[in-house]
Amino acid sequence: MSYKAKFRVWRGEGGEGRLEDFTVEVNEGEVVLDIIHRLQATQAPDLAVRWNCKAGKCGSCSMEINGKPRLGCMTRMSTFTEDETITVTPMRTFPVIKDLVTDVSFNYQKAREIPSFTPPADVKPGEYRMQQIDVERSQEFRKCIECFMCNNVCHVIRDHEENKPGFAGPRFLMRIAELDMHPYDVVDRKDAAQEEHGLGYCNITKCCTEVCPEHIKITDNALIPMKERVVDRKYDPLVWLGNKIFKRSGSKS
Amino acid sequence: MEIERHEYDVVVIGAGGAGLRAAIEARQQGKRTAIVCKSLFGKAHTVMAEGGAAAAMGNVNSDDNWMVHFRDTMRGGKFLNNWRMAELHAKEAPDRVWELEAWGALFDRTKDGKISQRNFGGHEYPRLAHVGDRTGLEMIRTLQQRVVALQQEDERLHGDAEAYIKVFAECTITRLLKDHGPAHGPGGAIAGAFGYWREHGRLILFDAPAVVLATGGIGKSYVVTSNSWEYTGDGHALALLAGAKLINMEFIQFHPTGMVWPPSVRGILVTESVRGDGGVLRNSEGRRFMFDYIPEVFKDKYATTEEEGDRWYTDQANNRRPPELLPRDEVARAINAEVKAGRGSPQGGVYLDVSTRLPAAEIVRRLPSMHHQFKELADVDITAEPMQVGPTCHYIMGGVEVDADTGAAAVPGLFAAGEVSGGMHGSNRLGGNSLSDLLVFGRRAGAGAAAYVDRLAARPSVPEESVAAARTEALAPLERSGENPYEVHQELQRTMNELVGIIRNADEVTEALEAVGKLKERARNVGAAGGRIYNPGWHLALDLRNMLLVSECVARAALLREESRGGHTRDDFPGMSAEWRRRLLVCGASPDGSAVTVEEKVQPAMRDDLITLFDRAELEKYITSEELADFDALVKE
Amino acid sequence: MTQTAADSPARRQRAQIKERTLRTDQWWRYPLVTFIIFTAFLVYATWAIFDMDYFVSPYHAPFASPCLATSCPEEARLFGLAPFGDWYTWPPGILILGLPAGFRFTCYYYRKAYYRGFWLSPPACAVGEPHRTYTGESRFPLILQNVHRYFFYAAIVIGLILAYDAVLALVHKPAGLGTWILIANAILINLYTLSCHSCRHITAGRLTHFSRHPVRYKAWTVVSKLNAKHQELALVSMFSVMGADLYVRLVAKGIVSFPFA
Repeated sequence: MSYKAKFRVWRGEGGEGRLEDFTVEVNEGEVVLDIIHRLQATQAPDLAVRWNCKAGKCGSCSMEINGKPRLGCMTRMSTFTEDETITVTPMRTFPVIKDLVTDVSFNYQKAREIPSFTPPADVKPGEYRMQQIDVERSQEFRKCIECFMCNNVCHVIRDHEENKPGFAGPRFLMRIAELDMHPYDVVDRKDAAQEEHGLGYCNITKCCTEVCPEHIKITDNALIPMKERVVDRKYDPLVWLGNKIFKRSGSKS
Repeated sequence: MEIERHEYDVVVIGAGGAGLRAAIEARQQGKRTAIVCKSLFGKAHTVMAEGGAAAAMGNVNSDDNWMVHFRDTMRGGKFLNNWRMAELHAKEAPDRVWELEAWGALFDRTKDGKISQRNFGGHEYPRLAHVGDRTGLEMIRTLQQRVVALQQEDERLHGDAEAYIKVFAECTITRLLKDHGPAHGPGGAIAGAFGYWREHGRLILFDAPAVVLATGGIGKSYVVTSNSWEYTGDGHALALLAGAKLINMEFIQFHPTGMVWPPSVRGILVTESVRGDGGVLRNSEGRRFMFDYIPEVFKDKYATTEEEGDRWYTDQANNRRPPELLPRDEVARAINAEVKAGRGSPQGGVYLDVSTRLPAAEIVRRLPSMHHQFKELADVDITAEPMQVGPTCHYIMGGVEVDADTGAAAVPGLFAAGEVSGGMHGSNRLGGNSLSDLLVFGRRAGAGAAAYVDRLAARPSVPEESVAAARTEALAPLERSGENPYEVHQELQRTMNELVGIIRNADEVTEALEAVGKLKERARNVGAAGGRIYNPGWHLALDLRNMLLVSECVARAALLREESRGGHTRDDFPGMSAEWRRRLLVCGASPDGSAVTVEEKVQPAMRDDLITLFDRAELEKYITSEELADFDALVKE
Repeated sequence: MTQTAADSPARRQRAQIKERTLRTDQWWRYPLVTFIIFTAFLVYATWAIFDMDYFVSPYHAPFASPCLATSCPEEARLFGLAPFGDWYTWPPGILILGLPAGFRFTCYYYRKAYYRGFWLSPPACAVGEPHRTYTGESRFPLILQNVHRYFFYAAIVIGLILAYDAVLALVHKPAGLGTWILIANAILINLYTLSCHSCRHITAGRLTHFSRHPVRYKAWTVVSKLNAKHQELALVSMFSVMGADLYVRLVAKGIVSFPFA
């Protein structure tokens, strides 16, 4: 049942480091994170890895396994062949603290830049009435476990560090979409999405959707609908004219 | 080495549901608040909660109200609960849930647009506000986003987002520091907290007159647990070392349905909603064995035939619920007994089957994360085959003894809320009562801390010698080259799992105490190779102190309580004793953690208007004849 | 976290890994296949525009429909009309092909595919792109992609015309293989059009409260189901339109001739 697997793990502090080779035991039913833990317990006690729930619910153990952003706890060893060398590296888009642990503060900073949920002032707690079909779209986005792999894989910042200040990344553009579709949110978020949070940088190549461990259709259900809402506001003269004529003041219908 | 210093009014340790709610409250009351958490912000163990938050809003069944919820909670806890906490919890939970909605939470809805509520074990009516099976995630995200909203407000008002509430993520507190000066009474008062940054290993000191513990549970002392690595009993241990008391530590909830296969995910939770939505438990002979395990006290509340149980899912008014929905302790014991009797599944569990009960599409719709979890982690399609499940260490009912209304512990300035506090759930917690507990008592502890700071005549100050001692203690493992801490940890887990597990007896617990004593010796000599930067070996070496301390409390209390009740089952004392119901076991320790003592304490009698909410026939099963006589006199009045 | 502000600049660095990617799978297949298919389509379309054998009664090659000038055979004119009159003598496709081409060019699926396959931005997920700077669709010229919905409106008209062509063929030659090819193509083209993200937005995606617009919500759910297959429909309809077009031309040239052609 068990075999010896070949692992290459990136080790280092700050940016400096290299891939180190390990041979390590693998048992049936294990995931990559188990193997990293076995390395910690047997060969490299100070090997740093971030993890919490080990059930794909907290989004802590984001790493790159054979070059692909994955959750270590959700990558079963049975998806690899026994003679394959498995390369594990930290997320590339964020600065490295140590080994597989990256500094993801970029994401928390972006989270703070998005205006929060703003209900109408006159609705009191307990008085909210929403239909299931009206909350379902935003509920899908709220499945997000903030593993930040979408932001990690997005080439807008992965390949272009200089775009970081002006681009919130798929995670937080999706947050804008979530709030824009919330039945009780009164803030108009379309101009800001485009002008401040960099929705225009997205060229919908869908890597965020590909890596999402929660299988959220980030591109199709959040980013593209948000782009279309921005078009309504900024690039569609017919809608603009219609809004003028019918005086639909808010963006919300 | 330089120690980073910060000054705050309130320091909240832990950023799960209770910690965040406490911090939000303290900040809303104008206190400068720090949130210190071991993980990243938003990763706390609360995200694992699946079922929902119990709150008697009456949206699905309008007969529900706080009194029914109170009764269910007391019944679930086998009447050992701190009744004042149970009362506050039942009364305030709806407001706390509605408040979340005003902060942006999106719960599943009823047809008329209200928050939908689902059935859960031990709750008489559909009561759990939920979002699919990821309610904990919704809650943590909502609270997290509320903290961000407050920070945005502070940025507008003060130009600094972190002026009044700041998150210190990946930072571990190792000691609470007290001022023993004359102004603060004989026992001293909280003056601050000391810890280290996980990221680079630098030391940090908070000067703060109030500390709220919200560190969660102790599951990492067990091998099979649904808890994450953070659950090392930090808050329990910090409170003990600071002079506070722990109560009810013998009561540990083993969730009946944890995954048993593959080994790497052993213990991970399978939500109770699977059973609430029609899943049934079968043994290897295909028998729905739960019908054989309905205890006397529940006989009239649960179906006795499969037919009636099955009818209940569609017609709850005219049928009794199936015994799969008995309180968790009953189900866990039943599964344990089936496996011991040789009727378990090949990997040592029993079968939980929903595949033959609901259409595949319905399963995927109702239990999306379970479907996902089994598919991804175990390669099992729950729409096509049964799951294998077994009991897993899930929750500790015991914790810091606190004042129900304010969350204040015995030490001035120390507060606790959530799993780390004790009393609310008695000897057994109902599913769904945890998330609401976090909100209700998180808020109360935050408010209690804020009020305490307001009342304070003189701000305590941290004595330098205690900082020096804390520093030495924290750095010690790095300076030793002793045993690997992982080995000590694994042995502790095995000891607790095998000897102080679901079923206990005097011999085994005594043996466990001896083993823990030896492990304490070994822990003093563990060393951590490597440097201070993100060094998990070092972190574990420090956590060991807490796990050992808490494990000793659990074992000592388990040895003393000579009865079986809720999350404490003694096969040498299988019955529930009315005498023991009024007795709480209180655990204390010396400041260096060496001497752990457990004492008995009498639980105050229930307030008149609360006890009269129960039928005499029910009380008979739990209380002594004297108490019953008092009750009769009361009713006659 | 931010507050742990690292002292040395080295602490702020990403992992220094030289390889563009450490992916071990065949990530280059998707961009390569996309490149080949789209190039083939472009080559064919260019040839088809200038090929004048676009009509053989009752079949009208999709790339040349509608025909809006008197230079086309009378039967091929849309509703018998020729609004461009007789001054226009170039191939009919030049007049109208801009519309479906524009629709496909600005389509969210095609954008993904050619940004990956042609512009390598990025070639595949977690594979470094070769460009030094990137501004995406945030400014000219790619900001023009936002006109997609206008091409969608036009594509609806074109789709209806292709359906009309197919009906005409059905009326005149119900047993013809070409008829059924045109019908299949018309269905696929219209499904592709309806599955468009802009269409999804217009039906109800732009609304906040579905519950107040039950009919539009119903339409949205249907479009959403189609939208999930947008990529597949885009590719299948691309092959079908190319196949149908080629088939008509081969019949027109007499290369294909059998009783049920």
